[in-house]
Amino acid sequence: MTSHILIRSLDRSAMVFLIVVAAIAVVVPVLNLAVPQSSAMHMPTYLVALFGKYICYALLALSIDLIWGYCGILSLGHGAFFALGGYAMGMYLMRQIGTRGVYADPILPDFMVFLNWKELPLYWYGFQHFPYALVMIVAVPGALAFVFGWFAFRSRVTGVYLSIITQALTYALMLGFFRNNFGFGGNNGLTDFKDLLGFNVQAESTRNVLFSISCVALMAGFLVCRAVVTSKFGKVLIAIRDAEARTRFLGYRVESYKLFVFTLSACMAGIAGALYVPQVGIINPGEFAPGNSIEAVIWVAVGGRGTLTGAALGAVLVNYGKTYFTSGVLAPYWLFMLGSLFVGVTLLLPRGVIGTLHHWTALRRARISAAAEDGVREPLPAE
Amino acid sequence: MRFCRACLAALLLTVGLVLVPGLACTNAHAASLDDALAKFTTDDFSDTNDGIGDVAASGSPRAEAVIRALQDGHLMFSAERKAVYIQDDDGKLTDPATGQPVAGDPPADVDTVRINNRLRGTIDAALGALTLMSPDPAKRLDAAEAVFKSRDQSALPTLESAIEKEQDARIKRVLMQARAAIILTSDDAKDEDKLAAVTVIQQRGDQDALGLLQSLPAGTAAPIVKTAASAAAAIRNRLGIWNTVQNAWYGISLGSVLLLAAIGLAITFGVMGVINMAHGEMVMIGAYVTFVVQDAIRTSHPALFDYSLAIAIPLAFLVAGLIGILIERCIIRFLYGRPLETLLATWGLSLILQQAVRTTFGPNNREVGNPSFMSGAFDLGGITITYNRLWIICFALAVFVALLGLLRFTRFGLEMRAVTQNRAMAASMGIRTSRVDALTFGLGSGIAGMAGVALSQIDNVSPNLGQGYIIDSFMVVVFGGVGNLWGTLVGSFVLGIANKFLEPVAGAVLGKIAILVLIILFIQKRPRGMFALKGRAVEA
Repeated sequence: MTSHILIRSLDRSAMVFLIVVAAIAVVVPVLNLAVPQSSAMHMPTYLVALFGKYICYALLALSIDLIWGYCGILSLGHGAFFALGGYAMGMYLMRQIGTRGVYADPILPDFMVFLNWKELPLYWYGFQHFPYALVMIVAVPGALAFVFGWFAFRSRVTGVYLSIITQALTYALMLGFFRNNFGFGGNNGLTDFKDLLGFNVQAESTRNVLFSISCVALMAGFLVCRAVVTSKFGKVLIAIRDAEARTRFLGYRVESYKLFVFTLSACMAGIAGALYVPQVGIINPGEFAPGNSIEAVIWVAVGGRGTLTGAALGAVLVNYGKTYFTSGVLAPYWLFMLGSLFVGVTLLLPRGVIGTLHHWTALRRARISAAAEDGVREPLPAE
Repeated sequence: MRFCRACLAALLLTVGLVLVPGLACTNAHAASLDDALAKFTTDDFSDTNDGIGDVAASGSPRAEAVIRALQDGHLMFSAERKAVYIQDDDGKLTDPATGQPVAGDPPADVDTVRINNRLRGTIDAALGALTLMSPDPAKRLDAAEAVFKSRDQSALPTLESAIEKEQDARIKRVLMQARAAIILTSDDAKDEDKLAAVTVIQQRGDQDALGLLQSLPAGTAAPIVKTAASAAAAIRNRLGIWNTVQNAWYGISLGSVLLLAAIGLAITFGVMGVINMAHGEMVMIGAYVTFVVQDAIRTSHPALFDYSLAIAIPLAFLVAGLIGILIERCIIRFLYGRPLETLLATWGLSLILQQAVRTTFGPNNREVGNPSFMSGAFDLGGITITYNRLWIICFALAVFVALLGLLRFTRFGLEMRAVTQNRAMAASMGIRTSRVDALTFGLGSGIAGMAGVALSQIDNVSPNLGQGYIIDSFMVVVFGGVGNLWGTLVGSFVLGIANKFLEPVAGAVLGKIAILVLIILFIQKRPRGMFALKGRAVEA
């Protein structure tokens, strides 16, 4: 049954995407570990971590595309779920440091000793166990999204209002996490991690494994999204996106659909954040900044809204551009470029890269069969 | 001729009347100061002690200089000539009574007037008393406050004489309070004096008075402790009220800033259904216009500095408004019916504008000055009101009223309201909606520019200026609704005041978080804000 759904959900571009990601998951570690350093094909470890970061961003973009591209919910605060997942992972990693910290306290992380805290806050309990941390990585963003979504969708907060409120949500969290007495390390965040399940997070092998796991997570996330959007459930989501009121009048509980897909998306964002933290080595409240969440939305817009593959591609493309331009002489102009990207994509390329490609293919096919019947036009996803 | 002579005589008489007592007075001072100074020439500690008291009591303006010289070991005497001198660091001698350099050869036997520890105590008390009697009212006030805080028992006699001499009612009050504080904390004062002192302290009614009443020395008689406790309760009550007033004032002040920042956002959102993420950057541009105007005025016409804001306000309106129209014409009009994409495009614009300002003016804060009528503050009861905040409130309300008038009484306002209520219907009635859109966007941006001029007076002018206000402005729009301007007014003041009342309870950040949570809960009840447009539309 499950396999049936999965197979049905995969069209050709989806297969191509999965194969490419799987290939990357294998090739990058091989180039890093197996190819000797002297070779031109050798990939330095810092690049593995960098690509791992892109893959995590791709998973975040996927989660945004699921709600924005298929359900019309523009969340400008998805970075909050990403960061919450990251903090959950960071808390586990902090507890693993143990006596190797600067203050060598077996229980308390360094920043708590520094702040003169005597005992571990209740919400830090249990994070020394990896399975518990895993549950929290999904449960905390999911629970927040559920509560928030329940309030927002039930009262029919839609469109721009919802975007603004999600932005306020991540802004409020950012302000909170910046505070020392919140118990998450204040503006320094959580860092100085030592090991993950006993493996040194700095080690080359760990980084490669983390990279491959990120790729697997991306593929899994993609499959889940495909399964959702190609199912009957997904058709209702698209209906909500295109005409919410009509869908409601047809008898569907719009808010339940939205709530489910919003929560699912938040869980995916949390997983992306959790994979991001050990590869980057730090999580701080800056991840909650509203600007980050909005930037994530533009990845989706660049790649193509409502295409899934495009979202992942857009995340990698834009972030590659960011790395490339902010490290060179063009650094002062990066914000001009990013800003122009926002304006240019919305004005000139509303379908995004992949969306435009799909559109052209559809047009060509339509032209071929135009003699028999009127061309089928793939409509632009509505707001 | 005779008349002129009479006038001249009268004039001379007047001058004489004014001058003679003055001269006599100076002479009297000089005489008593000279007598006092003579006591320093005997090289005897008890004579010196008397001399200090006499110098302090002489009331001469030179008294302080003489005693300070004595304290620093700069007061010299000559036993032979029976004369006293002040020696400066270069060894030159001056006459202590006049401050003039001594003519002629210095005496051969000049020696320092010696002091011991007992005299040092006398000197300190005398200096304290001298500032209490200083001719400068501000110094007297400071000295009285200092005595109130130190509660130095030894200052009591001088305090008494200062109270007798004091003419200024305000300083006299502080002096009485200082005396009351000393009496209240002294061990040997009579109980009825202490009771009277409690009343005086209670009238002072501030935090210091409260602290004094709460920390009476052990062994104070029970009735006094009781009275002091009730007096303290009364003060706490009063302070509580003023604290509330103060919070309300801060809240109104913040509300006026929010009103300025949000009102432009609200009208564009109302008319076009578009949230302009670059709105904060329009505010920032307004602030930079102020900076440029002030810079130009400083270099060319410094005398006009007080008018810099009067020039900057219309200029900021025009600059920001034109940029707004440009944005609408070049970008936003192509995104009709896609409000979410407009959000993204305007966000991109805000990045570009911020970076453009950063590259032009640098990333650091720019100095924008307050014109003279906006600097300073005055006290109103228990709170301090700064003029710049007061002016900003007035300005915000003026802008609000002007905008209200524009919407109500002009053709453009009518068209704007029509488009807000029903775009399709307005278009079919012949209103050129795209023109209304462009003008509305320009108007909203222009108001943001004027808000920037106001904010430049109270905030740092940096490329991030707008970012600090944008989320709060969104909250105002979400909370107030876009149906009419009153929603924005009520929304901004409610949020401003709520913020300032939550701050002392929960801290600035938690207060802000609480506000956001409250808004999220509020829109459960009213998803379109407080003043939503009533209509039959299923979806706005």
